Amino acid sequence: MKQLLILSGKGGTGKTTVAGAFIKLADARAYADCDVDAPNLHLIRAHSLPAKRSDYYGMRKAIIDAESCRSCGLCRQNCRFEAINKSNGQYEVDAYACEGCGVCEAVCPMGAVSLQPAVAGELMLYKDDMVFSTARLKMGSGTSGKLVTEVKKQLRQEAMDADLAVIDGSPGIGCPVIASLNGADMVLIVAEPSLSGISDMERIITMAEKFKMKTGVCVNKYDTNEELALKIEAFCRERALPFLGKIPFDTAAIKAVNKGQSIIDVDCPSGRAATKVFYKTLLIMNS
Amino acid sequence: MKIAVLSGKGGTGKTLVSVNLAAVSPESVYIDCDVEEPNGYLFFKPQDIKNKRVTVKLPQADSKLCNGCRTCVNFCKFNALAYIKNNLIVFNEICHSCGGCLLFCPQKAISEKDREIGMIQRGISGNVRVVTGMLNIGEASGVPVIEKLLQDSRKENKDVFIDCPPGSACMVMESIKDADYCILVAEPTIFGVHNLEMVYELVNLFQKPFGVVLNKCLEGENPAEDYCLQNEIKILNKIPFDLELGTMNSNGQIAVRKHPKYRDLFQNLLQAVRKEARHETASDS
Repeated sequence: MKQLLILSGKGGTGKTTVAGAFIKLADARAYADCDVDAPNLHLIRAHSLPAKRSDYYGMRKAIIDAESCRSCGLCRQNCRFEAINKSNGQYEVDAYACEGCGVCEAVCPMGAVSLQPAVAGELMLYKDDMVFSTARLKMGSGTSGKLVTEVKKQLRQEAMDADLAVIDGSPGIGCPVIASLNGADMVLIVAEPSLSGISDMERIITMAEKFKMKTGVCVNKYDTNEELALKIEAFCRERALPFLGKIPFDTAAIKAVNKGQSIIDVDCPSGRAATKVFYKTLLIMNS
Repeated sequence: MKIAVLSGKGGTGKTLVSVNLAAVSPESVYIDCDVEEPNGYLFFKPQDIKNKRVTVKLPQADSKLCNGCRTCVNFCKFNALAYIKNNLIVFNEICHSCGGCLLFCPQKAISEKDREIGMIQRGISGNVRVVTGMLNIGEASGVPVIEKLLQDSRKENKDVFIDCPPGSACMVMESIKDADYCILVAEPTIFGVHNLEMVYELVNLFQKPFGVVLNKCLEGENPAEDYCLQNEIKILNKIPFDLELGTMNSNGQIAVRKHPKYRDLFQNLLQAVRKEARHETASDS
């Protein structure tokens, strides 16, 4: 199974819109949404069957048993994450701050502290004639990289014989992105023609280079700032990165998305441009 | 007053809103907590820049004292340590700096050194003090950088505008913990609604007063507005989809410093936020 990963360095550039189009164009039988913080791909991919859901356990979290606690405060003194608070004379763990390191458990002379498994999110698997793996991290959980790994594992297990998997990546350059790079055959970067967009794009390209990924770039909403779109093209030439095309800003795209469709489902300028980007991407990926 | 601007997702206009609010306020501090992709400084182009390294603690073993007992290796819940060929190996990116290895080493062989994971940049842009957190590329977690950013901001008496990272994970929670008021920015699409729902849940969880700014509004349907009306969420302002504003924004210009029309828009928004925040404080007491 070849994996095409779509990244952007930041949100809102149109990763999911492009991913939705590519899935349709490739008639992809396997795809995943690795933006576990704010997944959106499910909103434009209808499935005939409901998702199979399973709990995702992140790091274990500390719990203090009030009965055995003698309020010596050693746990709080030694916690570097300020995760232990005293309220009404009772020591308590702030589950959002706890990183599950186990220092409190080890220093407690009364054996009152223990690490307990904690649900940190939910994995979802949609499976009919296509396999769609996605997940949602619980509010405030910090193990998104691990959950991304689970999303990709689920995809591989369920769609082993699919030729191509399209993967909607997560924004940023942090641990979920690093986790989504693992096993990808190519990264398509969707850039936005703005100073912010270029800054983010450069950061994600540096990241992809670090991991020696095959990388290509396309510009979305290029006509909102044609000058900067040209600058992105020039940047790619300088760095010898394949430039795979430009997609215009298109109100028809917004209308399609709001109806739960991809931009390929309607005849519109952005859909036609995305089609060209798709074929160029395939050429590069398979070269 | 501390105001956090969040959106559930990138690209909705958090930076547009927080940068312009900071710029219309008579004297303010702008803090960019989106440490993976800080963009605010591209607008402010701050002067008199001072950089400060952000470091985390990393264990190191004194090979003369270490007897290879592996207490530290066995303790580490993150598998950040290994004892190979008579040497303690530390996997830098995995270490959470909890200090357990140091605490429990029976030989007292472990000490800590600093490792840089990012930087805090401070500068001035007219009436605004611009503070930016930057995570080094390849680092897994920006939380220590955000913690440092906000720790420093606790002393501020001026208006503080916090440009939050996208999403609703630990980094965002860290960013809004101290905020007096939250502005949720939403786009007029079903994606926008889905992302708004997430931060709506988050501000409710933290019991923070909040209101919504609808950005990039087009004529016709607006699913995000419908969502606010259904859930009786305060709409602070509607920013139209506007090519001029979009172009200024993409060129890294601050709209309120360029055009009176936008100065009025953001001044009104700031007033609405102040009124709401005061109202909340009054009803709390």
